[in-house]
Amino acid sequence: MKRTQKENLIRGFFCLFASLSILFLLGILIVLFKEGLPIFKVTTFKEFLFGKFWYPTYEPPEFGILPLILGSFLVTLGALIISVPLGVASAIYISEAASPKIKEFIKPVIELLAGIPSVVYGFFGMVVVAPLVAKIFNLPVGLNAFTASLILGIMAIPTITSISEDAISAVPKRFKEASYALGANKWETILRATLPAAGGGITTAIILGIARVIGETMTVLMVAGGAAVIPHSFFQPVRTMTATIAAEMGETVAGSAHFCALFAIAIVLFVITLSFNILADILTQRFRKRLG
Amino acid sequence: MKRVILVGTLVTLVLGLMVASVYAESRRLIIQGSTTVLPIAQKCAEVFTQKHPEANISVRGGGSGTGIAALIDGICDIADSSRPIKDKEINKAVERRIDPVAHVIAMDGIAVIVHPSNPVNELTLTQLKDIYTGRISNWSELGGKNQKIVVISRDVASGTFECFNKLVLKKQRVRPDALLQASNAAVLSVVKRTKGAIGYVGLGYLSSEVKALKIEGILPSEDTVLKGTYPISRPLFMYTNGKPKGLAKDFIDFVLSEEGQGIVKEQGFVPLK
Repeated sequence: MKRTQKENLIRGFFCLFASLSILFLLGILIVLFKEGLPIFKVTTFKEFLFGKFWYPTYEPPEFGILPLILGSFLVTLGALIISVPLGVASAIYISEAASPKIKEFIKPVIELLAGIPSVVYGFFGMVVVAPLVAKIFNLPVGLNAFTASLILGIMAIPTITSISEDAISAVPKRFKEASYALGANKWETILRATLPAAGGGITTAIILGIARVIGETMTVLMVAGGAAVIPHSFFQPVRTMTATIAAEMGETVAGSAHFCALFAIAIVLFVITLSFNILADILTQRFRKRLG
Repeated sequence: MKRVILVGTLVTLVLGLMVASVYAESRRLIIQGSTTVLPIAQKCAEVFTQKHPEANISVRGGGSGTGIAALIDGICDIADSSRPIKDKEINKAVERRIDPVAHVIAMDGIAVIVHPSNPVNELTLTQLKDIYTGRISNWSELGGKNQKIVVISRDVASGTFECFNKLVLKKQRVRPDALLQASNAAVLSVVKRTKGAIGYVGLGYLSSEVKALKIEGILPSEDTVLKGTYPISRPLFMYTNGKPKGLAKDFIDFVLSEEGQGIVKEQGFVPLK
């Protein structure tokens, strides 16, 4: 066999593997839409997205997922309030202020947070955090949007920190040097020169953090309480889209309206995460252009 | 040489016959119906096939109605059901010359649980229904402390919910702000940590960390469930066409055996014993 032939063969081999994931994605998409779309024979698009009640097994059933969408968004918002300041601040510290020794220690520790299985977070939240939250805020029950946000916020920190840190480290040295040359001190340089220059990358980090949180399932199922009502406060039990699918899919009759509705929720979830990922991609590219 | 060929042919023949007979004995059994009975049927089928590898059992859910309809249509051999067969279904079966025979295989009982510190000891079915539909929302209305009731329910697809829905809620809607937990164990875990909570679990999951309430004056136990005096209980059935024969008989005998009833208990139901 000639050398070029061999190379082509190897290239083809790797191309096959690379395209496999596209194939998987396509397969998942086809199944999602095939199983999910039939729900719109039973209910309308508007009633599904904006209906206020989720009673899929009653007679007559109601398939309104607005409480679930709002539940997901509320928990995500809460998680961001916690994880963005913590995550970005850690990134600044690691890339700008920490001594190499501390950096070497703290970076893997933060990344370790990402390696803990979500069921462990959920268990911790249920057994330790929830009773504490109930006690501190004098609530009847600690399983609510606040507790879920707290835990999900911690879970999102590694994503936000590591991507933000990459963005901050990628800021060209000349930006900082120019700032110092103008007489700015270290703090002013970080705030006025480095952070704005890394802004696009940090935004990407936050958006990927959102995608991570909104898709999280096990933890919210265990900690958020699971009440399918339109939330009015953070201290109220909520139900997310992911938790609904996880809790109800197992024992639903395949092909029933309830089953289709769960797939349709998955479609909504897919569209949301996909748009966040595309947004993150666009922002990263813009950011790269700007730094030239 | 001739002899070798002869012996070889014989051996092949005998082996072939053995293989053929094994194939002939490979038997098929289709079980369909109630999602409540599903975990029992599934686990029993699993253990049964381990002992009788030639048996080919397929277990499907779909609900009691679907199971009985499938039995009447001759699509399944055993119909799982969490309710007795209806008159309408019997008439239809007679038309099709199907003779549904009921086998009670287990009892399903649901215990209503609260935090051990809760002074309330008993509820009526109506009170329980009012709590779950949202008409009563403070323990003081039931003679307890002035404390908000934290209502904990199960995911609507579960068999436990189905039973509770039918026997307590009478198919009325659970208040939408009830907390949802996805398993008996999760309900237990929340109730034991939440002072104002009320929840319900299969009798097999009851533990000393929570307090089971008397319903209509009767405490849930294997005994009261078996006698049928405890109100949130019901028998679970497997229906066959006529007296079960062959594999169907073997399977039902297995479910009713000590081992099968052990599985019933393991899955959180009350064995018949």
